Amino acid sequence: MSPVSPAQVVRTLRSLSGNKVAAAIEELHRSEDDLATALLSLADQQKVDHEVFHVAKDVAAWSQEHVRELARIGRDYDLDLDPEPSDESTLAARLKQKASELAGRHHEPTLLLLADLRHIHRTAAGVSLDWEVLAQTAQAMKDTELLAVAQDCHPETLRQMRWANGKVKETAAQVMVTG
Amino acid sequence: MGRLDRIAEPWGTRTPYGPGETWPVRVDQHLAEGLGDDDVDAWHQSASILHSNGDGLDIAVKDGRIVGVRGRAEDRVNHGRLGPKDLYGWQANGSPDRLTKPLVRRDGELVETDWDTAMEAVAGRTKELLAERGASSIAFYTTGQLFLEEYYTLGLIAHGGIGTNHVDGNTRLCTATAAAALKESFGCDGQPGSYTDLDHADVICLYGHNMAETQTVLWTRILDRLAGPHPPAIVCVDPRETPVARAATVHLAPRPGTNVMLMNALLHEVLAHDWVDHDYVEAHAVGFPELQKMLQGYSVERAAEVCGVLEADLREAARLIGTSERLFSTVLQGFYQSHQATAAAVLVNNVHIVRGMLGKPGCGILQMNGQPTAQNTRECGADGDLPAFRNWSNDAHVEDLARVWNIDPVDIPHYTAPTHAMQIMRYVEDGSIRFLYVTATNPAVSMPELQRMRSILSQDRLFLVVQDIFLSETAQLADVVLPAATWGEKTGTFTNVDRTVHLSEKAVEPPGEARSDFDILVDYARRLDLRDKDGAPLVKWTTPEEAFEGWKECTRGRPCDYTGLSYDELRGGSGIQWPCNDEHPDGTERIYEDGQFWSAPDYCESYGRDLVTGTPVSPTEYRALNPDGKAVLKAAEYVVPHEVPSSDYPFQLITGRTLYHFHTRTKTARAPQLQAAAPEVWVECSAADAAEQGWAEGDLLEVRTPRGRVTARLRVSGIRQGVLFLPFHYGYWDTGAGHQPGDDAGDGGRAANELTMTDWDPASKQPLFKTAAATATRLRGADGEPSRAPTTTASRPVGDGGPPVPDTRGGDAAQADERLETVGGAR
Repeated sequence: MSPVSPAQVVRTLRSLSGNKVAAAIEELHRSEDDLATALLSLADQQKVDHEVFHVAKDVAAWSQEHVRELARIGRDYDLDLDPEPSDESTLAARLKQKASELAGRHHEPTLLLLADLRHIHRTAAGVSLDWEVLAQTAQAMKDTELLAVAQDCHPETLRQMRWANGKVKETAAQVMVTG
Repeated sequence: MGRLDRIAEPWGTRTPYGPGETWPVRVDQHLAEGLGDDDVDAWHQSASILHSNGDGLDIAVKDGRIVGVRGRAEDRVNHGRLGPKDLYGWQANGSPDRLTKPLVRRDGELVETDWDTAMEAVAGRTKELLAERGASSIAFYTTGQLFLEEYYTLGLIAHGGIGTNHVDGNTRLCTATAAAALKESFGCDGQPGSYTDLDHADVICLYGHNMAETQTVLWTRILDRLAGPHPPAIVCVDPRETPVARAATVHLAPRPGTNVMLMNALLHEVLAHDWVDHDYVEAHAVGFPELQKMLQGYSVERAAEVCGVLEADLREAARLIGTSERLFSTVLQGFYQSHQATAAAVLVNNVHIVRGMLGKPGCGILQMNGQPTAQNTRECGADGDLPAFRNWSNDAHVEDLARVWNIDPVDIPHYTAPTHAMQIMRYVEDGSIRFLYVTATNPAVSMPELQRMRSILSQDRLFLVVQDIFLSETAQLADVVLPAATWGEKTGTFTNVDRTVHLSEKAVEPPGEARSDFDILVDYARRLDLRDKDGAPLVKWTTPEEAFEGWKECTRGRPCDYTGLSYDELRGGSGIQWPCNDEHPDGTERIYEDGQFWSAPDYCESYGRDLVTGTPVSPTEYRALNPDGKAVLKAAEYVVPHEVPSSDYPFQLITGRTLYHFHTRTKTARAPQLQAAAPEVWVECSAADAAEQGWAEGDLLEVRTPRGRVTARLRVSGIRQGVLFLPFHYGYWDTGAGHQPGDDAGDGGRAANELTMTDWDPASKQPLFKTAAATATRLRGADGEPSRAPTTTASRPVGDGGPPVPDTRGGDAAQADERLETVGGAR
């Protein structure tokens, strides 16, 4: 009897657990897309908080790339996921930015910033846990490609999460105590 | 003794020397018209504050007035030389439009008042806000030009007395990235190089650093090496054809905003050829595997494409760096004020770590300062740091500072990093800060996006205090203006970029009722009745020398240890480099010798930040990363700039510093020779762009971005194609409109920062002035008038067509003395 090749093992495991893994990839694809949208929305709402505006866009690009990666790896599990992250219409984004600029002279909207950052942190935490599940699964299934995707993407999710946490830490006192 | 027009010849006469030899002495001097050495009543020791060299000089006094300057032959920094700003800039002290009385705003107008009324208004509003809205409604924005004693007193009042976390300096605009990059790589601020490294280096790299214009005397040192035997190779990274680029062995002119891509490709080449000191990296650094992995994606081919430079040039630069025996690097605003500032500067540190080029003669890095006393804001806790390089996220450091100040640790706000200048302005904008005390800086011209800045600073609900020597654009918006004394009119110390501490003596009395910043701050503390925990006054000194003694205690055992210094030690002779203590009584030439860093978790000043998001690294993470206090090799990915050219805004706009002016020209425009050399704003473009657009030398252009417009005459220069350049010095105080662009049609803005965007590097919080997308249109032709940009500098004309451009000369009024020491041998 010829030895079983690693590729065969992966194929067998995929056929046995494929549905569950595919469901996990699909779910992560959706939640990464949500996270990207939430980050872009945060950027537009906080245009006058310039660091939030720019960094949120920079790190949203990470989630958008994760969406593409998940769509690519999803094909191994017979998934047909949209590789293009959803994009808020430019008009809606501009309106949000304009509203943000008009409200920039008031202190109260900063409470909204805290709320938004908390939302980002919770969403990113969920995504992070999903990557954890996928990475563990990939190891058990010896699916090195899937594992590589998880290893490339997950650290960026953690950076997104730490960023939201750090911004809360930086702004909370000023928002809550003054004004 | 020779006489030379130092406007026409900014770097003076060559005194060539070879590697390892001592830089010859050349004493430069300029006295007021008609005066000679015999006319001078007295010389008072000082150093330059118009650039970060900190050149040692003496101030000449006659009949109670400053009448000139002379370089100090014995000073380790300049060996007697002075630059044009030093030679002529002192005249501003005697300007007839100095502020001489305090001003307060009454019915919308600033009117003269007495000191007691003005200071009661300032202290009174502080107390009201403390009672009504708390310490977080109070902020201080200082400068890079006060003295150490003044910064330390300000830091004590703000952090320890009032208890606000909102304290920063305009050093944020010039040197914050230098500090941040050093903290990322070495856990601590403080430069690992010395100016004497230039005497030894065989390869010198200048990254975004037009040293010929910003630090003329230091560039003179390089020119003298280049003129001597076995000259060093020069690598220049700059989108403009600066004097540095013209002298360079390799000139890389990358597309603005791509520095991280460029640096990663250079590192990629260094690793690919294994030009790595593996023993050094193994023994003294962490993070090499992560760096190796990151660099895989940064080939020379990819970087050439993204940066728009030739592959061959990239390879040649990498070869020079990789095969050098004594490598010296300097970095300045081309990196610090550009996209991914800290990441790019950190990658320069990485080059030195992987090559083991630290702590030996000729092997050093100067993450440059733009201002002379910038290092002091960083050391003293007046710019978003805690005093003496204490770590705000290390509770033991805060407790130790509270011990020094004799207050409770909880009274020092340290729940987050001290607020940086841009965020202070944001809090003023949202109304959570209601009191802003500005000392010796001019945010109404120097900050980005001026229309927004003016609207922030002119709000009714803001109480704005401005302490300055002239009625600057910002002072015109103030509620209270306090007339300050300046350099030459007060005593104190300051520290240049290579850690050299100089004493600057009071030479003359300040004009009218002007007072030193030190005296004003001590008065403010007294009026606020700030106390320590035993009920004694919090500020325990009344003279600068007492404050210096207090500062020494604050630095004991910290990296910037001053305990071996005193005013007497600093009198006569040369400046002295810290750390200076019992162990190093004569100061310390180079730090980080033998791979010994100040980065141990319990000792380091900072745990670092994520270079893309700016999130502080937690103490636990840092402890795991770097338990043994090694250098940190930090990898950095390239991120696309936040504003890129489009069909509406096809050019990239960069702004920058130039040779004859300093800051917003508050002083240099009042020195006739400097003002005449560069009297008005100009805009530069490349010959190719000029040809394509049909523009020529002297055409009046309107440059626009989504934030504003500037009108300026065109200089066709050696700048990279697709890029426009504006000098940043020009504001409105010498125009009819006073503090903003005029209303007349065609009388557009002339401050470069009308156009720059509000965006900053997330790690260093330094605003970005070099990544705006812009458009330009021709308003009218030259009519025989060329641009009045200097011909001696990066703005040297290259184009054909247009009116002829006369050479920049200073004439009789700019004749300065040079005394060359007889060269008797190598040492």
